[in-house]
Amino acid sequence: MQDNLKSSSYQQLEQKSKYTNMFLRWFLYFVLILFASYFIFPLYVMVVTSLKTMEEIRQGTLLSWPSGLNFESWAVAWGGRGYGAGDTFLKPYFWNSIKMVVPAVFFSTFIGAMTGYVLTKWRFKGDSWVFLFLLFGCFIPFQAILLPMARTLGALGISNSIVGLVLVHTVYGIPFTTLFFRNYYVSVPTELVKAARIDGAGFFKIFFKILLPISAPIIVVTVIWQFTQIWNDFLFGSTFSFGEAAPIQVALNNMVLSSTSVKEYNVDMASAIIAGVPTLIVYVLAGKYFIRGLTSGAVKG
Amino acid sequence: MFKWLEKNLPKIVMAPAVGLIGWFVYGFVLWTLYISFTNSKILPKYELWGFGQYEKLWASRKWLISVDNLLVFTALFLIFCIVIGIILAIFLDQKIRAEGVLRTIYLYPMALSFIVTGTAWKWILNPTLGIQKMFIEWGFENFTFDWLVNREMAIYTIVIAGVWQSAGFVMALFLAGLRSVEDEIVKAAKIDGAGLFTVYWRILLPMMRPVFFTSFVILVHISIKSYDLIVALTQGGPGISTTMPALFMTQAAFHKSQVGLSAASAMMMFMAVAAVIIPYLYSELRRENAR
Repeated sequence: MQDNLKSSSYQQLEQKSKYTNMFLRWFLYFVLILFASYFIFPLYVMVVTSLKTMEEIRQGTLLSWPSGLNFESWAVAWGGRGYGAGDTFLKPYFWNSIKMVVPAVFFSTFIGAMTGYVLTKWRFKGDSWVFLFLLFGCFIPFQAILLPMARTLGALGISNSIVGLVLVHTVYGIPFTTLFFRNYYVSVPTELVKAARIDGAGFFKIFFKILLPISAPIIVVTVIWQFTQIWNDFLFGSTFSFGEAAPIQVALNNMVLSSTSVKEYNVDMASAIIAGVPTLIVYVLAGKYFIRGLTSGAVKG
Repeated sequence: MFKWLEKNLPKIVMAPAVGLIGWFVYGFVLWTLYISFTNSKILPKYELWGFGQYEKLWASRKWLISVDNLLVFTALFLIFCIVIGIILAIFLDQKIRAEGVLRTIYLYPMALSFIVTGTAWKWILNPTLGIQKMFIEWGFENFTFDWLVNREMAIYTIVIAGVWQSAGFVMALFLAGLRSVEDEIVKAAKIDGAGLFTVYWRILLPMMRPVFFTSFVILVHISIKSYDLIVALTQGGPGISTTMPALFMTQAAFHKSQVGLSAASAMMMFMAVAAVIIPYLYSELRRENAR
């Protein structure tokens, strides 16, 4: 029956649209792959350049393949050449960044979880104003707080130290972590908390027994967001620290800018990869959570 | 006493966060605002001096160049990020094979710092050994690409690197938006005979108005604050041709001992951000209340 109803012209039309469709698909993939190569290009260039010798770099082009897997520039970027003064390399600064990131992520996440919990499950008069008050911290351009922050760190005796940077990153992370946890806990049924309260469970017991066990996804989102933000920070690092206390992004920038000797692009690229690899690994392993943080964190900031 | 503690425990737990933000955000912004009305040089002075710093700021050639650069950068950055982001989102929305891989590729720059990507772009755009050389070796013998060291063009290298870093993010926002539209709407339109193009142009994109708004706000916010990328790519040079407000502010504050002037420039940035953010927050809150 169906076949009989189809006129020949209809079939022709269908045939034709099939070809246009195929053409469109090819076009689609072509554009998508074109853009993919634009996005992948700098990463590719970084990796191949880091594996070349300076001689190869001068003779080849950006795209040319290295002659072999030559990790020498990586070793130089990470551990230096072994002579004394003027030999800058990333290893100590990498550890600086770790020492800065771990406590700052921990404190800001913990505080954010607590405030998010109170703002949704222990609501009080004016709590939405308090939320707005905290939220505004996501938006301020940090230039407006740099000067007083520098003076405060000096007064506290922690300028140019990891401790100072931990404080800065913890404080300016709170608006974001609060936002994350608040938005997550809002969707947890309040009845759960009410029932526990009737059973006599207190403030902390409810948090640790009821909310914390179901918070794994938002903790992952928050930790990844904070880790990426703090690891990649340059403004605070470069303003509040220098010399030996500097985090890795500052050290990378100094290394690349230092014009003491001949530019070694292979070492520069290896350094950039080393400074970028931790966040890149997190992104590849936990992309889903990274994107969730990005779309909800950056939507507001 | 114990009763009181128990009753107020939630507020006590809130106190550190509120106190820290109150001091380090609001207190600090007010301090900066106050200092912008004083004649502070190396050290802050607390006698009021009126609008002198703002007059100095808007008479400064360097500041005018930074504002000009910011406007050019923001306009191009917005247009390219949003156009590329939308194209990628719509194309990815067509039941593409390996969508996950492509999405990962488009978005990975967001995981890297501007210093890392700036270092990479600086090498790629390097006039002697970078792209220029690549094209010359490919046979385009007169090919020149010296934007990085060209006063007129250097600002566009920052656009290239900035768009590369952030376009994937706009893609993610729009893809999430498109995916949240119910299938029925699209199906109904197709039954009515609407082609794919019409479906997107007439139905889906107009529905994405909140996403446009969000992307706009975020991108403007990023561009006003842009600092790292410029430091890594051009340091504001050649000369001062790529300087921007954020760079102006830190240089005045920490290299030139113009504390008052830098406070004034910081407040101008603050106001620019507020002008974009406050309407946004207002509309977001209204939407949330309407729900």
